[in-house]
Amino acid sequence: MAVGAILRGTGARLAALMKTTAARLSALYLLLFGVCAIGLVVYMTSVSVRILAAQTQETINEESMSLVRAYERGGLPFLVRVVEQRARQPGANLYLIADPNGRILSGNVENLEPGVLDTLGWTPRPFLYKRYGERGPLQAPAEDGSTTAADTTPPHAAMALVLRLPNQLILLVGRDLGEPERFRRVVQRALILALGTMGLGAFLIWYFVGRTALRRIDSVSEASRRIMGGDLSGRLPVTGASDEFDRLSENLNAMLARIAVLNEGLKQVSDNIAHDLKTPLTRLRSRAETTLSSARDEGDYRAALEATIAESDQLIRTFNAILMISRLEAGYSAEQTETLDLAAVVADVVELYEPLAEDHGVALETRIDGRLVVNGNRELLAQALSNVIDNAIKYCAGHAETPLVRVTATRAGGNVQIEISDNGPGIEPADRARATERFVRLEKSRSQPGSGLGLSLAKAVLGFHRGSLELGDAEPGLKVIMTIPARQGTA
Amino acid sequence: MDMTAVQAPEIAYKAGMKILVIEDDREAADYLQKALTEAGHTAHVAADGDTGFTLADEGDYDVLVVDRMLPRRDGLSVIAGLRARGSETPVLILSALGEVDDRVTGLRAGGDDYLTKPYAFSELLARVEVLKRRSGGKDVETMYRAGDLELDRLSHTVRRAGRDIPLQPREFKLLEYLMRHAGRVVTRTMLLENVWDYHFDPQTNVIDVHVSRLRGKIEKGFDKPLLHTIRGAGYMLKAD
Repeated sequence: MAVGAILRGTGARLAALMKTTAARLSALYLLLFGVCAIGLVVYMTSVSVRILAAQTQETINEESMSLVRAYERGGLPFLVRVVEQRARQPGANLYLIADPNGRILSGNVENLEPGVLDTLGWTPRPFLYKRYGERGPLQAPAEDGSTTAADTTPPHAAMALVLRLPNQLILLVGRDLGEPERFRRVVQRALILALGTMGLGAFLIWYFVGRTALRRIDSVSEASRRIMGGDLSGRLPVTGASDEFDRLSENLNAMLARIAVLNEGLKQVSDNIAHDLKTPLTRLRSRAETTLSSARDEGDYRAALEATIAESDQLIRTFNAILMISRLEAGYSAEQTETLDLAAVVADVVELYEPLAEDHGVALETRIDGRLVVNGNRELLAQALSNVIDNAIKYCAGHAETPLVRVTATRAGGNVQIEISDNGPGIEPADRARATERFVRLEKSRSQPGSGLGLSLAKAVLGFHRGSLELGDAEPGLKVIMTIPARQGTA
Repeated sequence: MDMTAVQAPEIAYKAGMKILVIEDDREAADYLQKALTEAGHTAHVAADGDTGFTLADEGDYDVLVVDRMLPRRDGLSVIAGLRARGSETPVLILSALGEVDDRVTGLRAGGDDYLTKPYAFSELLARVEVLKRRSGGKDVETMYRAGDLELDRLSHTVRRAGRDIPLQPREFKLLEYLMRHAGRVVTRTMLLENVWDYHFDPQTNVIDVHVSRLRGKIEKGFDKPLLHTIRGAGYMLKAD
């Protein structure tokens, strides 16, 4: 059973391996190389065979010339002697002298295909023959090898030059074709061997490369399954090999980190909603309950209802702010922005707040440098500015001897920088980072009206514009520094 | 400020309007119908986009109040359909979507004004009444008058009882808007939207301060108040 399981496991692994890219690539390369190798071998063989044939022809030509010369010198007896002498040499060519009727007179050929001697010149195609001393029928060996009499040997193929001597005798000089045949067989064997080696090599490469890749991918899959299972702190393995798998894992890890941040933000939002919305909702509910049970006259009811409306307006405001921050934090979209002069926006918002500042006895000073062109959303930027200026006026009114809010908008390098400083109580350095978090209202400001989201919203707006919002010390008081990238190509 | 406060019934002198409310939330629709009727208007309700479109197409309404998300046919498509048929009835879009781009989409589809849910009824009423007024074509007038107060839109001058009143450009725009809608309630949000072109909600009500300044300029030294605060709603410019 265990073996079965292992086999099944191996089978499954192999099936998985088969589907890898490495396997497909190996197969493709194998096919490509195979086709190339076969083509090359076929070409080489045909060229070699042609060269061999040409050589054979040349040899036969020379031989026949010398035989003809021998005949001319010594007549038939000398020719026969020469032929018999040559025929006895090992690896000799084929020699045959026949009378005009085709009867073999001399030579080392026992028998040959009929009709070969009828046409002079080169035999048009290879013919079958038997060497002197070989017996048996002159047939091509049957495919099934059934003609296997003990004393028969298969006929050989040869090509030859047929000449007619002056005395009407026929002289044939030929060469066995066994040599090119052998050559072809050697090449064939080499080809099969090479293809086999290539196939084996491809298989091994595919197996090891594929298995390595598969193992890496399996570990990544395993890690992602774990992460999907809820362990958002999990990360994909990085081996340190700096290869493409590592790069992929690193990118995915960066993505996971971003998701974790967003998730954390979401969790914070729900926590904050739970806290900052439930509190006023509870207040709302208990007010209604108390009014129902203990209100004495219409005035009581009216007062309770008015307070209820005021409270719900505040709730709506808080809710809107939360939604807006979430939307802004979700990201930047170019459609929502246009090219605008931030100087004009600042001037506009300052103008909006001037009467309020005056009413609170706060001096509102502005210094705006020329045109400050940015890519932005006027509405959002105005809201961010309005929140910050609103806060500044609120906090320094009644706190300083001569309350003062100073707004400066300048170009700083590639950015536009807006500073809003007041001479109010300021924020302790330790609290500054927390002050721009959602819903954080520092203890000192609990008594002030507001959703506690003003600064967070402003920060989200700046973040949306790829800028930043930082808090600093105006000595005394709070300094809010808003930075937003200036539009390139504008002064 | 409360010295000049008047109650809503005082503005009921004007002729009632015929209003169609296309809203699928039954309770909200009933409440709107009741409140609009109490304000002196005739209100009909359609609960889905198809019915709303048919009613609006056949009936002769002064103003349509259309919820953006409706069953069967969504609000924007209803409005676009009506506009395609040549209807010029002013439309107030109600929507839970309140982002700047949502508003732009709504207005581009043919809406005349956009109000985000949840809203105060006084806000809705003020906007509906101003919409009817807007379609009345008072925009082309070059001179606004309210009692002895005159505003010349061409020369950018304001006079009261023959006396020049110098105003800042923004104060002029503010007064211009109030005078164009003289006799109607104008809410703080409407002022912020139309005079300042902002659609957000300032933490402190800065508009009140601007209005009280303007009030100082046009009422100081004169007997009769012109710029009234309507409690729980907004402001109204009116000469009795």
